[in-house]
Amino acid sequence: MGSYESELNLKATELRLGLPGNDEPEKRSCSLRSNKRSSLESGVEESRCKTNVNSHASDSTTTSDHDQDSVQPAKVQAVGWPPIRSYRKNSLQQKKVECDGNGMYVKVSMAGAPYLRKIDLKVYKSYPELLMALQTLFKCTFGEYSEREGYNGSEYAPTYEDKDGDWMLVGDVPWNMFVTSCKRLRIIKGSEAKGLGCL
Amino acid sequence: MREREREREREEVSESSSSKSRGGSCTEGLENVLENVLENVLNFLTSRRDRNAASLVCRSWYRAEALTRSDLFIGNCYALSPRRATARFTRLKSLTVKGKPRFADFDLMPPDWGAHFAPWASALAQAYPWLEKLHLKRMSLTDHDLSLLADSFAGFRELLLVCCEGFGTPGLAAVASKCRLLRVLELVESVVEVEDDEVVDWISSFPDTQTTLESLVFDCVECPINFDALEALVARSPSLTKLRLNRYVSLPQLYRLMLRAPQLTHLGTGSFSSTEAAAVSDQDPGYAAAFEACRSLVCLSGFREIWVDYLPAIYPVCANLTSLNLSYADVNAHQLKSVIRHCHKLQTLWVLDSICDEGLQAVAATCKDLRELRVFPVVAREETEGPVSEVGFEAISQGCRKLESILFFCQRMTNAAVVAMSKNCPDLVVFRLCIIGRYRPDPVTLEPMDEGFGAIVMNCKKLTRLAVSGLLTDRAFEYIGKYGKLVRTLSVAFNGDTDLGLKYVLEGCPNLQKLEIRDSPFGDVALRSGLHHYYNMRFLWMSTCKLTRQACQEVARALPRLVLEVINSDENAGDDIQTLYMYRSLDGPRRDAPRVVTILH
Repeated sequence: MGSYESELNLKATELRLGLPGNDEPEKRSCSLRSNKRSSLESGVEESRCKTNVNSHASDSTTTSDHDQDSVQPAKVQAVGWPPIRSYRKNSLQQKKVECDGNGMYVKVSMAGAPYLRKIDLKVYKSYPELLMALQTLFKCTFGEYSEREGYNGSEYAPTYEDKDGDWMLVGDVPWNMFVTSCKRLRIIKGSEAKGLGCL
Repeated sequence: MREREREREREEVSESSSSKSRGGSCTEGLENVLENVLENVLNFLTSRRDRNAASLVCRSWYRAEALTRSDLFIGNCYALSPRRATARFTRLKSLTVKGKPRFADFDLMPPDWGAHFAPWASALAQAYPWLEKLHLKRMSLTDHDLSLLADSFAGFRELLLVCCEGFGTPGLAAVASKCRLLRVLELVESVVEVEDDEVVDWISSFPDTQTTLESLVFDCVECPINFDALEALVARSPSLTKLRLNRYVSLPQLYRLMLRAPQLTHLGTGSFSSTEAAAVSDQDPGYAAAFEACRSLVCLSGFREIWVDYLPAIYPVCANLTSLNLSYADVNAHQLKSVIRHCHKLQTLWVLDSICDEGLQAVAATCKDLRELRVFPVVAREETEGPVSEVGFEAISQGCRKLESILFFCQRMTNAAVVAMSKNCPDLVVFRLCIIGRYRPDPVTLEPMDEGFGAIVMNCKKLTRLAVSGLLTDRAFEYIGKYGKLVRTLSVAFNGDTDLGLKYVLEGCPNLQKLEIRDSPFGDVALRSGLHHYYNMRFLWMSTCKLTRQACQEVARALPRLVLEVINSDENAGDDIQTLYMYRSLDGPRRDAPRVVTILH
């Protein structure tokens, strides 16, 4: 036990060029084996909830960020660790998505309106549904969307801020892509939109 | 034993007046009388441990006990065949069956592993037409099974499904419509299949008349429900005291339901948010008033998609709350404090670590009666630091001296804090500490966490359930073997040094029933050291340890009533085994195992 402890202390102060965990093959192989199991036997539910957490599970190389607390040998995620039920993980994942603004609940502002509204993008399955809802919520009209002209000719136009922070016209990208990249919506006057339509 | 039985009978004979008058010639009649007396007496025995003991006295007691047992508990569905259970116990009203071991929750088992309820369903349907209650945990059951239940038991009253899967809304609809005397329908952390085109409006399936419903729990059902039907159902269920809604029920809808059911004692609030952004507060229909009207409310949960601005609505009920579950609500310390400072009577609290150490300190300051605390992580990943630590943990131990059960996820913990809790909270029965960073030592002393866990088993003399984590050497297990005499359930993950660790536990803990181990360096020598005890255990789980097939084979031969399931991934060649799941069984190995499971014999 004594030698084990001193080994640890050495590691804490050691300068290393290699990837962490390289000289603890036993422990790493434990987690690697479980990871391989996960990729073989993962069900749909598992892959759904593991997109964020364990997407690197089958990758055998460690991530590049060195642990500041370098006593920790492996940064490879292990299956089922920490021991939280998928059900709970999924619920929290959804919440994180909402907080990050990657779709789901987004704020909607309208030029001239005193306060914002919030809508849940998940409720809608397509652009027509969303646009109808927006038009009802804000008592405005958008007119018809065309790829060339945008919402040319209408009083208002729907725009959204995407993940990169750019303001885009609603309708250009496929619906699913829109839902995952939309951070917030803004309804602008048709006259402002003319500029966008010309691009 | 037979002599004692005869002596007792003789005593009873000499005391009973009927025997005096008959002169002792009709021994059969006497035996019947005695058995009747015995049955009447045994009816008062409710504890299953007492009943098990009584059944071992002699054959006559065995028979009488079997006739009078109305509630049967089966901890492992594969420990015996359904036929054996129905043959012995002919008058059951209530049955509990548990299936998969707990590690199945963490994707450590193939999805089609087993624990199918179907064979039990058909056996029960034939044997117990008057069955009233069924509790299942980690079982796999289909809509067909549920339909069979609904059709077979006219007096069915209570269905409780915990961590189950395989069924969907059609099965729920069958139960709702056919079980006319249903009082309890509780779905807890179960997966309800919801293929879009097959979703059935099960809420509308309840009978139109007044119902006998007392408890309706469906917070885990991941699909929308017919709200109008639910509102009407609540309105015609005057006995309803427990209602837990899923996240598809919004705050305005919750409000309407609460107005209908002010008698509720247990409420799961659903999403606690709204699709309509009522950003302006004068549109608020008086949620606080609705809570205030529920004068009997003692247990609050839900908050699945909480709009924290509305949390103050629950203030009126806080003073009476004994149980609060905020474990799906990402609230910070400040927001928690505003609630918790009213909760003087709180005994059970489940939260997320978003409340930080500061939030835990607030809990410690107010909740002097706290018995159970669970702190779950928002971020389920290994990180260097996290929002809760030994600081909050120690504060809890200082403030909540009556603590009996704790589940605590964190990124860092010190031995000192764990030792402090062992001394401050001597009533601990369940101690589950999960330091998410594997192999993490005490960050202050850089020592392993041996001393902390050692103090827990030493000082908490009532401890029956323990889950360890962090960097642990064999010493920790030596402590557990030496002091953990009442421990029944032990969970080990990424811990230990050598076979000695497991050996200490198997040799030292006479009450050990459930042992689940993953990714720890315990091997064949350790496995062999438990041979004397395995028949007394419900199960042993060892995955990604250092077991070989040969050693498992030896155990299988030495203990013929054990079933050893070896679960391997395809790539694993040679003698090393990936997962061992081992349990005792009266009826031999099961026949419904999937390909990936090999049963050794």
